[in-house]
Amino acid sequence: MTATIDVAHAWVRQPQQSWLVRLFDYKPFLVAICMLPACGLLLVFLTYPLGLGIWLAFTDTTIGRDGRWVGLENFEYLLEDRLFWQAVFYSVFYTSVATVAKFALGLWLALLLNNHLPFKNLLRAVILMPWIVPTVLSAIAFWWIYDPQFSIISYLLVDVLGLRDTYIDFLGSAWPARWSLVAANVWRGIPFVAISLLAGLQTISPTLYEAALIDGATGWQRFRFITFPLLLPILAIVMTFSIIFTFSDFQLVYAITRGGPVNSTHLMATLAFQRGIPGGNLGEGAAIAVSMIPFLVFATLFSYFALARRKWQQGEAND
Amino acid sequence: MAYIITRRDTLRLAAGAAAATTLNERAIAQPIPRADVAAPKLPAESGASLRVLRPARFVEPDETIFRANTAKFQQATGIETRVDFVGWEDIRQQTAVASNTGTGPDIVLGWAEDPHVFADKLIELSDVAEYLGRRYGGWSFLGDKYGKREKTNNWIGIPFGGSTGPIVYRRSAVKEAGFDKIPNDHGEYLKLCQTLRKLNKPPGFALGNAVGDGNGFANWLVWSHGGYLVDEAGKVAINSKETIAALTYLKDLYPTFVTGTLSWGDPSNNRAYAASEVWLTANGVSLYFALKNDPALRAIAEDTEHQALPFGVVGKAPQGSLILNAMVFRHSKYPNAAKAYLQFMMESEQYDPWLSGCLGYWSHTLRAYDKSAVWDSDPKLAVYRNGTDNQFWSGYKGPISHAAGAVASEYILVQMCASVAGGQATPQEAAREAERRARRHYR
Repeated sequence: MTATIDVAHAWVRQPQQSWLVRLFDYKPFLVAICMLPACGLLLVFLTYPLGLGIWLAFTDTTIGRDGRWVGLENFEYLLEDRLFWQAVFYSVFYTSVATVAKFALGLWLALLLNNHLPFKNLLRAVILMPWIVPTVLSAIAFWWIYDPQFSIISYLLVDVLGLRDTYIDFLGSAWPARWSLVAANVWRGIPFVAISLLAGLQTISPTLYEAALIDGATGWQRFRFITFPLLLPILAIVMTFSIIFTFSDFQLVYAITRGGPVNSTHLMATLAFQRGIPGGNLGEGAAIAVSMIPFLVFATLFSYFALARRKWQQGEAND
Repeated sequence: MAYIITRRDTLRLAAGAAAATTLNERAIAQPIPRADVAAPKLPAESGASLRVLRPARFVEPDETIFRANTAKFQQATGIETRVDFVGWEDIRQQTAVASNTGTGPDIVLGWAEDPHVFADKLIELSDVAEYLGRRYGGWSFLGDKYGKREKTNNWIGIPFGGSTGPIVYRRSAVKEAGFDKIPNDHGEYLKLCQTLRKLNKPPGFALGNAVGDGNGFANWLVWSHGGYLVDEAGKVAINSKETIAALTYLKDLYPTFVTGTLSWGDPSNNRAYAASEVWLTANGVSLYFALKNDPALRAIAEDTEHQALPFGVVGKAPQGSLILNAMVFRHSKYPNAAKAYLQFMMESEQYDPWLSGCLGYWSHTLRAYDKSAVWDSDPKLAVYRNGTDNQFWSGYKGPISHAAGAVASEYILVQMCASVAGGQATPQEAAREAERRARRHYR
């Protein structure tokens, strides 16, 4: 009898545990507590710098002096700044040309690698090299390749093959310099596209190709109606990343030309740095950096909605 | 000019450290003349310790002797002193942070105009500077200019040294072109460059985004024609008929340059000169020592001569000097100790070995050091001896300000020249654009 009472007693007392235990059993609190570290990290390392950058864009801060709020004055100055528009133009040009080239060549490379080749794995590893090497190192290599006096290309053409009389001046005038940088970026970007698309290719079931073969489809038809549509989702993701990386590229341009000759190869990122840090005009530099955001948002939305419009990609059932 | 030297240069020059030791012995044998002047009384605060920030070394002795001198100071006074070396590009930002937050190093050896930018946050150094001036035969022109606060006699900086970039040329080539030395007249100079080009031994000056070399050339071009960026009051005056004359002259001069100078960075002319692709350029002494210390290039070094930049119409060398300028922050808890440190480092027992060890990379700012053994160690260093007596400075003729530094690091004058040389703009358009951009900084 007494035992039963004891048990009943203990049973009743259980809900009256310490407040701490109850608190941790309370689901909303537990969720909040578990999210806190992640939120803290994001706030400190992402939101704060981004917010500070946006705030700086509306001030006239220079290095060594706190700024005052100047509203849109930085942006007004940029609107009539020829250099800024030149940088916008080149950023868009650089991104679009380099992205198209990277995807054309990357897709081609992926299709080649998807075949059965000898030393397949070794080849795939080698292909990744340009992407693994730190950008600054490859930039320095290209800097030498494009050097007006010591270029290996000039050396081959002039001194070895005798096809030309003068050394090529890769970076001495605007358009050759712009194309040279695009070429360097394409070289560096292809592996990322190729390997990502290769992964996509390998998820396509071979049975589809077998069925197509039985129906008598040509190679082009197989690519157009099987490979391409099934590759689209991954293409959209890879393209979004590629556009973001290319548009916000900094290292290649800064290491090879520093925006020269006469500012013709400044990207928005390099111009923002140039104005903000060496030029000391933090406010204006931040304003240029902030001006990049709409372009990036647009590029992201474009790749998402233009390329990934199938319902199942957006989490709904495919009909 | 090539203030930025390549790592390979540095490695090669490390070999020069050995030579520096012999120089030091000579330096003791040939003392620096100095007056007996009572030193200012600077009783160090009890428990004082100091933190010093300075740019990374040019050559190894720059660091080792600087550290040894600091150790001597610590031994003599018991004041614990730590020196940190930071990259050339980073020191300005770190100075700004120290100044704004009121913490960090007590002393910064920063760049040229930095003490003027942060003048309100610094303590006055007049007692030390005036004592040093009286003791060592006075300050050089740029030493005085960069040390004193604008239009006053109050010293806010102690200029340690300056780095300058005169013409570096191959004697044999200039002789072959029919000249004994570099002519000071613009017309003759153009003729020399044209002949060199015809001989396939072209000159070359950086017109790309090169902070040191590019600005050095652009400044020379404008200054030697009597032009200037701003007037004495700091009003932008670059869009002048002198500037347009200079840019018109450049249209004739540029075609004589080796191909590709529009994309040259700071190290480009060093490399091209060492490879005998360029036979006349402008540079700090680094180039000469890189050649001299490389057995394979020794012959080029022997054929190399230095000379001040052509005078043009101004009658004196139109070149400046990058000044290493020390300052003491008001937030320092030990201002007397800091002043005593700067004074100690500038005394000949310490300064002369350091100057000698730097092999001419730094030109001294106190006149008595004209007698330093380093300047007699190699006759080819002669032009660097008075490097800080040049009568021009970044942002000439204006007051020393932050804006001048910003104009230089934004390459405004370099790009003005490059756009004319590359044919993108007429001299008038280029000068107007430079004026517009410079106004942004001088407002």
